[in-house]
Amino acid sequence: MKKKKLFSGNAREMTMLVALVVIIALFFLLTKGNILKPMNIANLINQNAYVVILAIGMLLCILTGGNIDLSVGSTVAFVGACAAIFIIEWGWNVYLSIGLCLLIGILLGMWQGFWIAYMNIPPFITTLSGMLVFRGATLMILKGGETIGPFPKAYQSLSTGFLMPNTKIELFGQSLNLLAVIVGIAIVVIFCAMQLINNQTRKRKGYETDTPLALVIKMVAISAIILFLFYKLACFKGIPTVLVILGVLLLVYNFFTQKTVRGRHLYAIGGNMKAAQLSGVKTKQMMFFAYTNMSFIAAIAGLVFAARLNSASPVAGQSFEMDAIASCFIGGASAYGGTGTITGALVGALIMGVLNNGMSLMGLSQNLQQVVKGLVLLMAVAMDVISKQNVFANLRAKRAKTAVVQKA
Amino acid sequence: MELQNQVELEQTVEPGQDIILEMVNITKEFPGVKALDNVNIQVREKEIHALCGENGAGKSTLMKVLSGIHPFGSYDGEIYYQGKLCRFKNIKDSERIGIVIIHQELALVPYLSIAENMFLGNEQANVGVIDWDATYKKASEYMAMVGLHENPRTLIKDIGVGKQQLVEIAKALAKNVKLLILDEPTSSLNESDAKNLLDLLLRLKEQGISSILISHKLNEISYCADKITVIRDGKSIETLVKEEDISEERIIKGMVGREMTNRYPAREHNIGEIGMEIRNWTVYHPLYSERKVVDNVSLNVRKGEVVGIAGLIGAGRTELCMSVFGRAYGVGISGELFIDGKKVVLRDIPQAIKAGLAYITEDRKGDGLVISDTIKHNITMSRPEFISNHGVIDKDLETQYAKDLRVQLGIKTPSVEQLVGNLSGGNQQKVLVAKSIFAKPDILMMDEPTRGVDVGAKYEIYEIINDLVAQGKSVLMVSSELPEILGMCDRIYVMNEGHMVAELENKGVTQEMIMGYIMQDSKGDIGV
Repeated sequence: MKKKKLFSGNAREMTMLVALVVIIALFFLLTKGNILKPMNIANLINQNAYVVILAIGMLLCILTGGNIDLSVGSTVAFVGACAAIFIIEWGWNVYLSIGLCLLIGILLGMWQGFWIAYMNIPPFITTLSGMLVFRGATLMILKGGETIGPFPKAYQSLSTGFLMPNTKIELFGQSLNLLAVIVGIAIVVIFCAMQLINNQTRKRKGYETDTPLALVIKMVAISAIILFLFYKLACFKGIPTVLVILGVLLLVYNFFTQKTVRGRHLYAIGGNMKAAQLSGVKTKQMMFFAYTNMSFIAAIAGLVFAARLNSASPVAGQSFEMDAIASCFIGGASAYGGTGTITGALVGALIMGVLNNGMSLMGLSQNLQQVVKGLVLLMAVAMDVISKQNVFANLRAKRAKTAVVQKA
Repeated sequence: MELQNQVELEQTVEPGQDIILEMVNITKEFPGVKALDNVNIQVREKEIHALCGENGAGKSTLMKVLSGIHPFGSYDGEIYYQGKLCRFKNIKDSERIGIVIIHQELALVPYLSIAENMFLGNEQANVGVIDWDATYKKASEYMAMVGLHENPRTLIKDIGVGKQQLVEIAKALAKNVKLLILDEPTSSLNESDAKNLLDLLLRLKEQGISSILISHKLNEISYCADKITVIRDGKSIETLVKEEDISEERIIKGMVGREMTNRYPAREHNIGEIGMEIRNWTVYHPLYSERKVVDNVSLNVRKGEVVGIAGLIGAGRTELCMSVFGRAYGVGISGELFIDGKKVVLRDIPQAIKAGLAYITEDRKGDGLVISDTIKHNITMSRPEFISNHGVIDKDLETQYAKDLRVQLGIKTPSVEQLVGNLSGGNQQKVLVAKSIFAKPDILMMDEPTRGVDVGAKYEIYEIINDLVAQGKSVLMVSSELPEILGMCDRIYVMNEGHMVAELENKGVTQEMIMGYIMQDSKGDIGV
């Protein structure tokens, strides 16, 4: 039977995962443990949910060839404003309004996708236009820039609510949220079971399998992280509603990019558009899909963000696109397309989120936070580029050689 | 062969006796690989020195060391140029004393004019202000020297590859070149452009300019080279001198380390029914829609048959294949296509693939492969439905398929997870072939299937082609290398300027005959 290597995968993603752990550890020391307090973890999730959501959509666009979508911030604002008009001004049903807002997102995306995919307008230009148009439209429907709020409770819970926050059990002398405990354990059980079943199937069909050691390490490590997270959540009010939305999106899009034919086509387009075309990939269709999907995702983020602000504001979502783009690149996506993963984008978004949150806890100014985030982006990408070029290896060789020459 | 006869005639010129370049014990290591291992080479003045070796033997690395792309200090050994020890820090250092390298991928800017390209980085300027009059005047002079008759204001994108190559050489002349290094200069040229280029090198030799020529094309080497240094696995194996022992077989023996008796594997000819037939096929240019690129062409390929299409570059061969392949090229396509006797209409590429057609592009990096992706993802790209269920990919099955094809085609790599960009040219070409075989085609259109591939890998690709026809598949092969066409094909079509000018049963056909058909039509005579 053949065995796989112990670890495989994108080197930059692994590096950034390690970097994330280091950053968390650093802030754990600097904030005297505050960063891992149950309440702060719930805050971290609520604060950063929209960035992760947007990064998911952005990744698909970036995969198609390093193309970005500049309009997502404006889309967030526009959809939030629509939600406010429907629910607060016109008093429509909350769920109907949510559905309608998602539909609006899809339509905005189809508009941009049409110009990009079928009219060959560069995505940068098309979405720059979208950024201006949708922002302007937001101001128009908010009657020149009023902030509309507050939303009813049912809508707010999209972003600030928790699932069954009041069912508590006593465990280890602590009062824990029952649902969080059950869900946490369930996820671990399901995850481990799937790993084992997959490995068995592979063995049966005579394919490569993980070594038992790698399998155990993988299961223990991931289970530990999940249990830790859900334990912390259980100590506070339980599972945030937005975590459910986030979890579903991450699972669906991870599956889509890694396991489906369509997902594979996205990578092929970004890797070599002409080769993809000659292989029968419908490239225009896929570009149209990527941008339609981006605006759909932005609409979800818009709904979540409006619920978090508890109002629709004309300045909502400004520079969100930049956070999403940065997350993807920090998480290992190539600026030329063709490489990058959803998990990478998640790690990238978490690094930015933890940096923000940690520095806020330390009382550092917003301005400094921007500087740090910017530098982290540059460093993450530079590290990757430099390691690929073997700049350091060449430098070392050169130095060794000069030393030899001097001796001689 | 005609080329070789001319070699004998030009034998009268005595090469200069002074050594212009000597590279001594050059060793270059990359992390984990010894690319060059004590390589020695001597080039005399007024000499064309060919550098031969399989892909990955270290030819290009050696030339990068010589031109300063790998700077002094990153390699061991010594370079003497005109008797002086040289330590180049970068490419400017080597150019200053007259060593100019012309890369395989031309370094010209398509939207700048010939003159602008020629003086790029070497502008005719006074304190940073360009003197355009001087630029164009000098450009015309150098263009005349290389025999390029164009307006120096013409944009590079508007002239053919053959002429672009001449611009590169003119550019080198403008830098006062003494030693010209050409890395596979003819790989994208047709036979007449290639000969034109080699003749230019011979003329330049008379004027005192030495050349180092890296080439896979052995007939070109024996045509113009005075000496040949053979490199194998990073070592300089031997230097052959023209008068004594230059023959194609001799060079191949040095390159591969074994005598290669037959460059084209034999196969049993077992030809069946017509697999694909094209009738009255006409294609117009996608941008200039009044220009006919393929004009009323008819051809057929039988099962178990290898059919070649010979012709110059620009004759419409690639365009013909691509337009058949689901209208991947051209507009206003008319004509009839029959597969297994049934008339079919293929509107797009997915339809063509489903109908059992495969097109293997001549430009594997540009149009064929996703260099940044793994071997297995590339292989399965055109028919993901074979490894998926309702659009969900079975990755284990995919790996299995890829491994089987790796073994079947002899792709030399430890793992199918390897990135295609890390493979040698020959192995990349095999991945490209594997990719089309994976799609289970009945008819394979192979466009320059051995371009930029070394002799050993070429033989393996020919064996793959033989396997395919033995399975009853039809192969339509476009090739600019006439020996390959003659060595591999059962039947040969010749195309010229969009027309089909000849159909030849491959019995007693010679290169000269095919060349004759090509030249005949372009002189205005009516072909077949």
